[in-house]
Amino acid sequence: MTIVSEPRAAAMTESRPRFTPLQRALHWLMAIGVLSMLFIGVGMVSTVTQTHLTLVSIHKPLGIALLVLVIIRIAVRLTTGAPALPADLPEPMKLAAKLSHLAFYGLMVSMPLIGWAMLSAADYPITLWGGFTLPPIVSPSRELHAWLWDAHRTLAFCFFALVLLHIAAALFHVLVRRDGVFQQMAGGEG
Amino acid sequence: MAEPARSILAPFLAIGLVVAGGAGAFAYTAGWLSPDRLTPDRMVDAFAPPGGPAPGHRRNHAKGVCFTGVFEANGAGAALSRARVFATGGYPVVGRFNFGTPDPNAPDATARARGLSIKVSTPDGQEWRSAMISAPVFPVSTPQAFYELLKTPKDPNAMKAFAAAHPEIGAFGAWAKSAPWTASYAEERYNSLNSFIFTDSGGEDRAVRWSFIPEATPVPVPAEDLPKRGRDFLEKEIAERIAAGPARWTLAVTVAEPGDPTADPSKAWPAGRKTVEVGKLVAQKIEPEADGPCRDVNFDPTVLPSGIRTSDDQFPAARSAAYAVSFDRRSAEAKDYPAK
Ligand code: HEM
Ligand code: HEM
Ligand code: HEM
Repeated sequence: MTIVSEPRAAAMTESRPRFTPLQRALHWLMAIGVLSMLFIGVGMVSTVTQTHLTLVSIHKPLGIALLVLVIIRIAVRLTTGAPALPADLPEPMKLAAKLSHLAFYGLMVSMPLIGWAMLSAADYPITLWGGFTLPPIVSPSRELHAWLWDAHRTLAFCFFALVLLHIAAALFHVLVRRDGVFQQMAGGEG
Repeated sequence: MAEPARSILAPFLAIGLVVAGGAGAFAYTAGWLSPDRLTPDRMVDAFAPPGGPAPGHRRNHAKGVCFTGVFEANGAGAALSRARVFATGGYPVVGRFNFGTPDPNAPDATARARGLSIKVSTPDGQEWRSAMISAPVFPVSTPQAFYELLKTPKDPNAMKAFAAAHPEIGAFGAWAKSAPWTASYAEERYNSLNSFIFTDSGGEDRAVRWSFIPEATPVPVPAEDLPKRGRDFLEKEIAERIAAGPARWTLAVTVAEPGDPTADPSKAWPAGRKTVEVGKLVAQKIEPEADGPCRDVNFDPTVLPSGIRTSDDQFPAARSAAYAVSFDRRSAEAKDYPAK
């Protein structure tokens, strides 16, 4: 086992294909949105001050906005695809990357839907801004509410753990492997 | 030429720091590192009697009965708020008569602070929810002080020390001691206590409180007589009364003047404030809670139509956070409180 890292020659010499500017914009916009949602979520249920109401009033519309964005993002992804990972990336790592990205898409779709359904099951009006209200997507039910509440909370923690793993992996590509994977998603011209 | 090889320890350390920092920030935001933070969970835990809460039931105001009816707006409220609920017309109501206790089997004779909860729906898809009590003021000024009150042991010395630290409790205490008792939910006046902001169609804001004033004349009853009427006399009485004909209340909205203590529900506003009668609540049908339409409703006082919003009063936010926790817990305990 070696304890030194060699910069990948390929990354140094040729520039790797990148996600399209639209894909990158969506990725970073949603990254900020998702991280905010996770912090707003745990913050709003941990305080009885006015901050509670402020955070709830951001959590609902922002969550729904992310639902709209992820639908666009998935459509873009299905039509434009993604740049290949470096050929020398070990297979298990490639698989982990693919599965974790799939899990992200699953979470980005399901979390807002579960939040929306949870409020529907509790028979709350789902008010986003001022008087704008979403229709319920399930009928009121205590049992269903309890199940959705558990799911929203449990998946939120899984989501956060996955985000940490994802950030660690991105930094691993930048700092350790230096293989250009980070640049595929990073900003900059092109 | 490639860069010289480097130690990989530094990058791993950096990655570890980023991950640990992120996890720490998350834990801090969630309150896991702050045992003293007044969280909604701690607030709700504080209501539990020594034997623990009654599963499936509300964590406070646990005993109650459902009603349905209508709110008949006379149109006068439209000058104060653009909410649809104040435009002339009738709007369906799901409500609940209740009293402050964590015990769903508490004797009705112990019901000092009686409650009225309503959910009014308007055709624009909006709702107005309100949970009010018969006391004219709240015992304390802040949610934090309320938490401390709940945590205060029920012995006289501890209560004395609490009252010394929170002299505002005197007004509530005086009411509890001297206000006449009645034998009917229909003879009580129910007060919002909290203040809210009404916005009219011109965009002008006004701080208000409101009360539902009974049409039935209150008949004072000696407190000693109440236990003789049976454990559930309030529920029986209101069911019989409404079976014979609807019970009514007038909704009176009181507008604050500059300098009135809008943020402090332990302080009444001076007499003589402008008060507008905006409509009537008509309770038409009583239904037992177990099968009734109010059982699974959270009468969260921050569920407001556009035209009403919260004010500088800290209570509605604290109530919203706590009622949600109570609702989350009781809905997860559905099997402990089945329909009859
Ligand atoms: C916080 C929420 C985040 C979410 C939900 C998220 C989600 C995703 C998803 C789904 C992909 C796969 C794109 C695809 O193949 O269609 C991806 C790729 C990527 N993300 Fe994130 N991301 C987040 C945050 C971050 C952060 C903070 C960084 C950097 C530190 C980052 C760096 C990357 C990189 C470099 C890729 C490209 C990987 C590749 O080429 O396959 N992401 N992200
Ligand atoms: C990307 C989307 C979302 C994420 C990441 C997210 C995350 C979270 C988190 C972390 C919590 C705190 C859980 C806890 O500690 O108990 C939470 C709670 C909550 N979320 Fe979301 N959420 C999302 C979307 C939504 C949407 C769209 C809605 C509603 C329209 C919603 C409604 C709620 C509600 C009502 C709670 C409080 C539940 C309670 O304890 O009563 N969420 N969310
Ligand atoms: C920070 C202060 C307060 C806390 C923590 C608190 C807590 C609670 C809780 C946990 C419930 C049960 C909710 C449910 O499961 O649906 C409840 C119900 C109720 N509270 Fe409060 N409360 C507070 C202040 C007030 C005030 C100021 C009033 C009166 C103006 C009030 C009147 C009521 C009424 C009438 C109910 C019964 C609601 C129903 O029928 O579902 N509470 N309270």
